[in-house]
Parts: sequence; structure tokens; C-alpha cells
Amino acid sequence: MSEQFDQYLKSEYAAGWVTDVESLTIPPGLNEDVIRLISAKKHEPEWMLEWRLKAYRGWLEMQEPKWAHVKYPKPDFQALSYYSSPKSMEDRPQSLDEVDPELLRTYEKLGIPVHEQEVLAGVAVDMVFDSVSVGTTFRQKLKDAGVIFCSISEAVHEYPELVKKYLGSVVPQKDNFYAALNSAVFSDGSFVYIPKGVRCPMELSTYFRINEAKTGQFERTLIIADEGSQVSYLEGCTAPMRDENQLHAAVVELVALDDADIKYSTVQNWYPGDENGKGGIYNFVTKRGLAMNRSKISWTQVETGSAVTWKYPSCILKGDDSIGEFYSVALTSNYQQADTGTKMIHLGKNTRSTIIAKGISAKNSENSYRGLVKMNPGAEGARNYTQCDSLLIGDQCGAHTFPYIESKNPTAVVEHEATTSKVSDDQMFLCQQRGIDPEKAVSMIVNGFCKDVFKELPMEFAVEAGKLLEVSLEGAVG
Amino acid sequence: MLNIKNLQAKVEEKTILNGLNLEVKPGEVHAIMGPNGAGKSTLGHVLAGRDGYEVTGGEVDFEGRDLLDMEAEERAQSGLFLAFQYPVEIPGVSNMEFLKASVDAIRASRGQDAMTSMDFIKLARERCKAVDLPQDFLKRGVNEGFSGGEKKRNELLQMMLLEPKLCILDETDSGLDIDALQVVADGVNALRNPERSFIVVTHYQRLLDYIVPDYVHVLSKGRIIKSGGRELALELEKHGYGWIDEEVA
Ligand SMILES: Nc1ncnc2c1ncn2[C@@H]1O[C@H](COP(=O)(O)OP(=O)(O)OP(=O)(O)O)[C@@H](O)[C@H]1O
Ligand SMILES: [Mg+2]
Repeated sequence: MSEQFDQYLKSEYAAGWVTDVESLTIPPGLNEDVIRLISAKKHEPEWMLEWRLKAYRGWLEMQEPKWAHVKYPKPDFQALSYYSSPKSMEDRPQSLDEVDPELLRTYEKLGIPVHEQEVLAGVAVDMVFDSVSVGTTFRQKLKDAGVIFCSISEAVHEYPELVKKYLGSVVPQKDNFYAALNSAVFSDGSFVYIPKGVRCPMELSTYFRINEAKTGQFERTLIIADEGSQVSYLEGCTAPMRDENQLHAAVVELVALDDADIKYSTVQNWYPGDENGKGGIYNFVTKRGLAMNRSKISWTQVETGSAVTWKYPSCILKGDDSIGEFYSVALTSNYQQADTGTKMIHLGKNTRSTIIAKGISAKNSENSYRGLVKMNPGAEGARNYTQCDSLLIGDQCGAHTFPYIESKNPTAVVEHEATTSKVSDDQMFLCQQRGIDPEKAVSMIVNGFCKDVFKELPMEFAVEAGKLLEVSLEGAVG
Repeated sequence: MLNIKNLQAKVEEKTILNGLNLEVKPGEVHAIMGPNGAGKSTLGHVLAGRDGYEVTGGEVDFEGRDLLDMEAEERAQSGLFLAFQYPVEIPGVSNMEFLKASVDAIRASRGQDAMTSMDFIKLARERCKAVDLPQDFLKRGVNEGFSGGEKKRNELLQMMLLEPKLCILDETDSGLDIDALQVVADGVNALRNPERSFIVVTHYQRLLDYIVPDYVHVLSKGRIIKSGGRELALELEKHGYGWIDEEVA
């Protein structure tokens, strides 16, 4: 077992065995009983438990993927704890004075108001603040439109037919090692259903749900846009959240039925580890969308966090004339490693996909783009355009591009462009000569590099993403 | 304003500036001429504080401060401006954004608030007119795809916006058509006042018909080997640099 995991376990589970079903933590280890316990704690129906067990049995047969361009100590899955309910108010920090000052400094730089800082840092605050009023008006508005937005646990009870029909329909239980693990032990996550022809009246954000559930390690999200509907979903917020879990394995499934439109935006800023590469979150995510006739799925992501990232939001363009888009900024610094990209699987006729991936590497980090564009025999007249740009800051870092193209239809067109550039001394000198300090200069140059992706983000998210890059690049020059 | 004493500088172990002396008083315009590779651009870079140059001797006083002790951005903030011989592109960063960041950084160093976007846009448009650069250049990436002459005009635009105390123009006239040359001259002349000084590096005495200098210097092999008035430029035009070398030798 790695030292990091050792440490993590020590700090986290010193309390040892806890047997009470309603208690905080299930002891480390994974077996069928643990899964039964998780399911029981959540009062799940039998079918849900069976679904989890099927995933678990599949997982036992699977191997951890090795192909990614990342190195990390292999997690000991029997040493992890698979369920932990939110800490009680007494166990949390009682005020911001008890919170890591480094975290607070970041919040200040991002301009986050004090009461939000408290929520993010997990301070035991009374959640009555504005979110209740915001929450209520917001719920009412969604309800009036017929939109369902709740936790996946709630959906299992309230909308079992929808969950049964779509859960695992895009990412099957045994899709890959981490997806299978997630399917077996998922803790919680969001559920969205937009009825036929409805344009969701507001952008849905997990932010509104922060106080509800500590979705934690094995998050599961399912979004269904029924025929002709439209939704924009924002995952996460730009502030780093206090988080005790080192391993994250989330699954996100999107279903866009005929003529539907789903826009999924992520700003991910988990703890990347310190400047020596110690600590930080391992993030192994499976995100995939299924696009039916004339529908559109658009993934936009800005990733600056995590020690190790393994993530490929993908689109299965099943329906004719469906559209898949992937806009990504992945920034790595210090000893971060990211292997991210997308898969565009063209099945239907005249399907179209666009990939714009921007990788920024600073210091000693390793940043890889891995993308698959697959044109199946049925993909008559399908088109893909891929543009993949890397920007290097300094000369200790690495940028790698692994494009995979498989075309089984001669009428399909695949275009790929790739560039690698450096923040040059000349550019830095120009900025400084105009009075701009080096840190601001780098962040301005990097923001310019990311412009094509940022313009896809919802307005206020884009502004925050810019600030976030600035904070993440701190100390990257010189 | 600026007093350079016995300045020596190296780049990559090669001595480029070799005991250079120059004094510029407020309101003066100094032209520097000299053969290719003499060290003219190097002088500009060293004064502006570019990394990679090693100052091995001498001193530079700028408005009573030790210039060589300041960071590049500090020098800019205290009023030193360099118009580049080869302006560099910054893709994706709009000219407007860059110019505002620059103006705001310089204002901040003086304890002034950032300009509102509205005020800034108005100002930037005005200055664009002054240097005859269409306004859509404000939206384009910094120097991105600009022609040679447009890049030079963009340098001038920056100078007009920042209103520095000391302007060093490194061959701002090279590659300009006659109309553009007039624009550059008009820009400089408009900024000329008893408090502001200019160092104009050029190969062509013609520019000096438009921007009339107080002094003309010849820089060769890393030092100023001859100084004179306006008429020196005319002589250089006629006879080249050879005769001075002989004279000095
Ligand atoms: N980074 C560098 N590495 C090596 N040599 C350099 C470097 N920078 C400048 N030099 C050399 O220093 C000398 C002076 O260059 P500089 O650019 O200052 O000349 P200049 O007088 O501006 O010439 P021009 O009229 O052609 O613009 C040249 O010989 C040049 O090759
Ligand atoms: Mg030169």
C-alpha cells in the first residue's frame, strides 16, 4: 500500500470499526456485504441493489487500465471506505478561523463572498442563508416547467421508471474498471429530466445542491433531455472544495433524445497536491452522452485541479444529423498529470463533431490529449474537425498528443490540426515593457490561448475560469 | 532625465555595449544612428530591462533612480517606453485587452484606479485615429497577422496611450510607406513637450526631416563614437560611417 493512502487512512479512519447502520462510516474494504450495507443505508429498492451487485461482480473480473500517460501508486481498493455520510455539525470546522489559510487565500483571490466560503470550506453554518430563498424560488420555477432536478438517491425512490430505463444505458455497468466500481458503490449525484419540448428556464448547477449531499467520491449523474428539449448544466464551481477523499471515480451519463440539446459545462478545481507533488486527488471519470436524431451534446470543461486526471467526455452520435462537441482547457502545474480528451463515435448519417482541446503545462507537469474519432460504416457524410493546441510554460513540463482515428466509411471526413507553442521570452518582455507584471502577463497569454474554449462557457463561468487559471498559474513563472 | 555612464553589457558571453555614455535632458530628442549590429537595439533592451543581458559595468540614472536596479515592469511604470524594432504577436489576447491591462498596470503603480471600460474604449478609439489605425485593430489579437507597418503603428498607439516620460523608438520608421512615416512623425511631434524626451533609433536621415532632433549620435561597436547636431545625419547620409571610424582611430 502506498504511503499516501496509508496517511489518508490514518487520518480518516482512526475511529476504527463502526457497526451501527446509521453511523458515519462503513469500515474499509469492499465485498458484497458492504454493497448491501450501502444500499440499505440509502433504503434502496431491491432492483437497485441487484444492479449494484451486478456491477460489483463485473468489477471483480476487471483490471485497472494501464494505457494512460500517468503514473501513480496503485490504490488499494480494500483499504478504502465506500460510504461515509456527511460529517455532523460538531465535527466540522466551527468558523473560518479553523480552515486552512491557504484555501481561504484562494477564495479571496477568486472573490468569493464570505458566506459562500464557509459553505465551500465545510464550516458548520446554518444553511438558512440565501440559498434557501434562492433554492425555493428556483425549485418552484423548475417545477412549473416540469423539470425534475434532484439527487440521484431521491430519483431512485421518486422516479424509479426513469432511473431503471436510463441508468447504465450510456455507460454500462461493466464499461470500464472505474465505471464498474462507481456503479457498485456510487454514493450520490444529480438527476435531471427535461420533459418533451421544454427549454429549461435556467442553467442548472450542482452549486445549488452543495449543501444537500456530500456527493463525494463516487458521484453519479444522469441527465435526460426528452425530445425537443434543451438544458444547460454546470458542474462544480470554481472554488476548490475541501475534500477528504483521495480517489474519485465519477460517472456522468447524458441522454439527448430526438432534437434535444444538452450543454454540459465543468470547471474542475480539486486539490492538485502541493508544489512537491504530495497529496492531491486522483480523478478517474467516465462521462458519456448518447445523441439521438438531430440532437446535440456539447461538453465544455476547464480542468485545473487533481493530482492525476483520467477523463474523456464522449459522444455517441447514434442518431442521424446529431452533433457532438468537446471544448476543453486542461491546465497542469507542479507535478500534476492529466490524460484527458474525448471520444466521438459517429454511428448515424451526417453526424458532425468538433473537438477543440487546449492543454497548458507548467513546471514539472505532464499533460496529454487522447482523442478517438470513430466513423462507423453507417456514418455516411459524417464530419469531424479536431484542433489540439498545447502551450508550454518553462522547459521541465511535457505535452503529448495521442489522436486515434478509425474511419470505416469512405464518405466521412476527419480533419485534425495540432500545434505546440511556448510562452516566449519576447511575449513576456513585451508585457513587462508595458508595465504588466510577469504573473499577470502569463495569465493573460494563457487566457488568450484558451479563448476559443472560454467563449463556449456560460458568461459568468468564463470570467471565473479566467481568474481560476490565474490562481492556478501562481508561481509558474520565474 | 536619463544619464548613462560607461555602460557595458554582454549577451551570451559576447560584449555588445562597450562603455557607452549618453545624457538625455527633459524635452530633448536624440537620434541614434549606426551600422547594423552596432548595439542600438541592445541598448534599448538593456535600458528596458530585458532578461538575458548581463550588465558588466557602468551606471544608468533615470529621473534620480538607479534604472539598472529596477524590474522591467517597474521601469515601464516609471515612464520608460520602448517601441520595438520587431513587435511580437500574442495570439488570442485582444489588442484592447492588452492595452487596457497595460494602462491599468501603469495607473495602479501611481495609485490610480483602473479606467472604466467605457472611458478606455473611448480613449483607445481616439488614439487609433491619431495613428491612422482602423478601430477593428483593437479587437484583433496583439499584432496577430498585422503587416509590418501596422505593427509599427500599433507600437505608436501604445506610446500615445501610455504617454511615457522617455520614449525609445527602435527603427519605428523602418518598413513604413511615406504616409505612415508622416503619421509616426506627427505622433511623436504631438507628444513632444518640455518634460518628455525621445531617443529615436533610425537608419534614415529622412525621418529627421520630420522629427527634428536636438542631437545626433553615431553608435558603433557598442559605444557612441560621434555626436553632433542635425547636420551630422546629413553627412552620414552622404559619406556613410567609414570616415568616422577612421577619424576616431
Ligand atoms: N541573444 C543574442 N545572442 C547572440 N548575439 C546577440 C544576441 N542579441 C544581440 N546579439 C548580437 O549583438 C549585436 C548587436 O545587436 P543589435 O540588435 O543591438 O544591433 P543593432 O544595432 O540594433 O542592429 P540593426 O541596425 O541591424 O537593428 C549583433 O551582432 C547581434 O548579433
Ligand atoms: Mg536593431
